[in-house]
Amino acid sequence: MNQILEKRRLSSDVYLMRFSAPLIAEARQAGQFIIVQIDSHFGERIPLTIADGDTETGSVTIIFQAVGATTRRLAAKNVGDFLENVLGPLGQPTHIEKFGHAVCVGGGIGVAPLHPIAQALKKAGNKLTIIAGARTRDLLILENEMRHLADEFLICTDDGSAGRKALVTQPLKELCEGPSKPDLVVAIGPPIMMKFCSQTTLPYGVKTMVSLNTIMVDGTGMCGGCRVNIGGKTRFVCVDGPEFDGHQVDFDNMMLRLQSYKEREETDKHKCQIGLDVTTGQGV
Amino acid sequence: MHLNSQQIQQKALELWQLWKDRTPTPKERLTIPVQEMPNRNPLERRTSMEEVALGYSSEQAQLEANRCLNCKNAPCVEGCPVHIDIPGFLVKAARGDFRGALGVIQESSLLPAICGRVCPQEIQCQAPCTVAKSLKDPSKAVSIGRVERFVADWAREKTSDTQVPVCAPPTGKKIAIVGSGPASVSAAADLRRLGHAVTIFEAFHKPGGVLIYGIPEFRLPKAIVDQEMTNLKNMGVEIQTNFLVGRTRKLKDFLEKDGFDAVFVGTGAGLPKFMHIEGENLVGVFSANEYLTRCNLMKAYDHDRSATPIYRSRKVAVLGGGNVAMDAARSAQRLGAEEVSIVYRRSEAEMPARREEVEHAKEEGVHLLTLCNAQKILGDEKGRVRAIETLNYQLGEPDASGRRSSVPIPGSEALLEVDTVIVAIGNDSNPLLRQTTPELAVNKNGNFIVDAEGRTSLERVWAGGDIVLGAATVILAMGQGRTAAAAIHRFLSAS
Ligand SMILES: Cc1cc2nc3c(=O)[nH]c(=O)nc-3n(C[C@H](O)[C@H](O)[C@H](O)COP(=O)(O)OP(=O)(O)OC[C@H]3O[C@@H](n4cnc5c(N)ncnc54)[C@H](O)[C@@H]3O)c2cc1C
Ligand SMILES: Cc1cc2nc3c(=O)[nH]c(=O)nc-3n(C[C@H](O)[C@H](O)[C@H](O)COP(=O)(O)OP(=O)(O)OC[C@H]3O[C@@H](n4cnc5c(N)ncnc54)[C@H](O)[C@@H]3O)c2cc1C
Ligand code: SF4
Ligand code: SF4
Ligand code: FES
Repeated sequence: MNQILEKRRLSSDVYLMRFSAPLIAEARQAGQFIIVQIDSHFGERIPLTIADGDTETGSVTIIFQAVGATTRRLAAKNVGDFLENVLGPLGQPTHIEKFGHAVCVGGGIGVAPLHPIAQALKKAGNKLTIIAGARTRDLLILENEMRHLADEFLICTDDGSAGRKALVTQPLKELCEGPSKPDLVVAIGPPIMMKFCSQTTLPYGVKTMVSLNTIMVDGTGMCGGCRVNIGGKTRFVCVDGPEFDGHQVDFDNMMLRLQSYKEREETDKHKCQIGLDVTTGQGV
Repeated sequence: MHLNSQQIQQKALELWQLWKDRTPTPKERLTIPVQEMPNRNPLERRTSMEEVALGYSSEQAQLEANRCLNCKNAPCVEGCPVHIDIPGFLVKAARGDFRGALGVIQESSLLPAICGRVCPQEIQCQAPCTVAKSLKDPSKAVSIGRVERFVADWAREKTSDTQVPVCAPPTGKKIAIVGSGPASVSAAADLRRLGHAVTIFEAFHKPGGVLIYGIPEFRLPKAIVDQEMTNLKNMGVEIQTNFLVGRTRKLKDFLEKDGFDAVFVGTGAGLPKFMHIEGENLVGVFSANEYLTRCNLMKAYDHDRSATPIYRSRKVAVLGGGNVAMDAARSAQRLGAEEVSIVYRRSEAEMPARREEVEHAKEEGVHLLTLCNAQKILGDEKGRVRAIETLNYQLGEPDASGRRSSVPIPGSEALLEVDTVIVAIGNDSNPLLRQTTPELAVNKNGNFIVDAEGRTSLERVWAGGDIVLGAATVILAMGQGRTAAAAIHRFLSAS
């Protein structure tokens, strides 16, 4: 189990990996994730979204950005290697139905978890608009796949190297004001992007789902480390989520909690590569 | 005064010379002093994950076993949830027949090295002990648990080639066991011995349940738990880790698609309770489950090798008064905190933790702030914990459970400066399985409803341990696992 069947580099530090996991491939639904641990003795358990799954080959695909200790070790694995521990599928599946006009907003690596959701929304008969944002052209991932799925596909980059030179919230706002107001927005990306997307849609009353990427340990509801404030109530992202109504999420608290181990991780020399600064909220 | 283990053992050696060649009369037995447990030095302990209680020497074990009066009615046996023949094993241990003693224990208990260490003996087997009654001092009961631990350790150390229990010829029946805590492990071992094919499905990457992820190394060395898991594997029990029943596969798929004849559910009480007070989601507030999992299972105490970070704390408040609170407090201290306080609403006498753990915590310098509770948690501008606001309590009338209630004293608010808060007020049952298997009947706390044999409302599904009892004890979980295993066996033999 868990043998790597395919590995591709999608941008400078974003990788796609497909590995065998027949039970997960069979059970998984859009919006769910797995927990990966590289070594049983000292490895960290990290959550990664299932970007795709195939019951025929019994394999699932993850797309991840090598940002820290574990994701870098993961990136160093090659076809034929095994992932020691993989648990999943975890979390509640996305609620999919025919909403009408669905707008999917993906920021940076967030485009990866968005892909299976966009697929499912399309399949359910929704009109699909996809907005993909990144700091610069080289960091755009899954461009072809997303273009292929979408009825309308928009790209935003901070530096204008591809698509519009804008933040994703700009076209989102225009859509909300335009003739084809969205019936549902799904925004996945850095917390700050999700926060501003939710703020953008709020005045228009457009339902906005976000997928929260909190720190996790077990992923089964046992530790409470992933907890967030949702509409004043504490919820666990790994079992109650990862998707929540963006208008109810206390993003500021969540972003602070994501910093819990900052000092420790800084000693691992992390530099955020997609330019999405979680602390200042600049550069979405 | 802390006596070191050599001093304690030397005393025992000398005393043993007096008794080793003759059988004491009952009166004489009452004069043998309680054998103290040799413990690691408290100062050294504060920075070490190594086991605190070092275990008896063989002379100590024999002396302690000789304190038993071999009572006819043996009230201690009633006090033990699995009814170990306590005088039966103590008589053998008193004579130095440790292997024989272990045999007697193993008729009822599968995990003596573990229960000997973690059972709350003072409220179970040792509570009704006649010796304590005669000496009018509850602390002078025969130290049943310590002798139990000794014989189990003795056998483990003496026999390098661990004997694999003999299993009956294959019956052709397959049983799925969900979870790998003490309830599951006991059910698995019993069913396997009866010749059934057994597969354990565990969500974590390591089997053992709370014994692995919750109870710290310094109280229960993980090597002992690993050894039990190896024994199971050697018996032919298959253990599938990284498998979350309800998600990786539905419980009913086991019965309907995968050809299992019966299922035992031992998923424990893995949902941390929070206080629901202001500030509980600040940075620096943890459930004890998270803190202990990072520390034990993920080995975060091993800063150099473990990839899992643990919060750096200077001043820690642990909310709660049970074993979980003690474990969290003592772990925090070992991870380098300068000041650790346990904040508990009642008085020390009401603390549900094992007596020994409270004593150990105090010896190690953990402060007990009793009759005190946290009202809210205050943060700084970066959202990190800076203090808790406490309120003092006084003891009131006994409540329905017989425990004295605690009544807040208005106006007694105070601030306690801390940078970390660990919430250790207990666990509810994890909702995943009941959500994904709606046919399972549960009570209002979410615990599975079972009959006297552990049978759930769903056909061919049994359950036991904390998922049924709510957060309870290792020995109760083990007992329920065995009861259910016997019922499953009867059911399979009849069908
Ligand atoms: C449900 C869920 C799904 C996810 N799906 C994906 C995915 O499909 N692809 C992907 O690349 N990542 C995903 N993530 C984020 C991923 O889990 C983190 O990037 C990973 O834990 C980092 O581990 P590390 O050891 O490599 O980095 P670390 O050394 O632990 O951290 C490196 C840096 O990343 C930050 N960081 C740590 N954890 C997170 C987090 N959860 N979110 C944001 N920043 C974090 C740290 O603050 C630090 O600055 C998901 C997270 C969740 C909760
Ligand atoms: C910190 C701490 C200290 C304690 N100290 C003591 C003590 O000193 N003495 C004492 O007697 N008791 C103590 N207890 C209580 C004791 O550990 C428990 O009562 C006992 O472990 C319960 O056993 P169990 O078999 O029911 O389940 P657990 O030990 O809780 O094990 C359940 C297992 O099931 C797994 N699981 C859960 N859901 C699923 C699923 N859907 N699919 C697959 N696997 C799943 C979990 O990952 C876990 O490994 C302590 C508990 C804690 C938390
Ligand atoms: S199993 Fe526990 S309660 Fe029973 S005799 Fe041993 S220590 Fe006492
Ligand atoms: S009650 Fe005490 S003295 Fe009597 S048999 Fe039990 S352990 Fe021995
Ligand atoms: S990750 Fe532990 S409860 Fe969600």
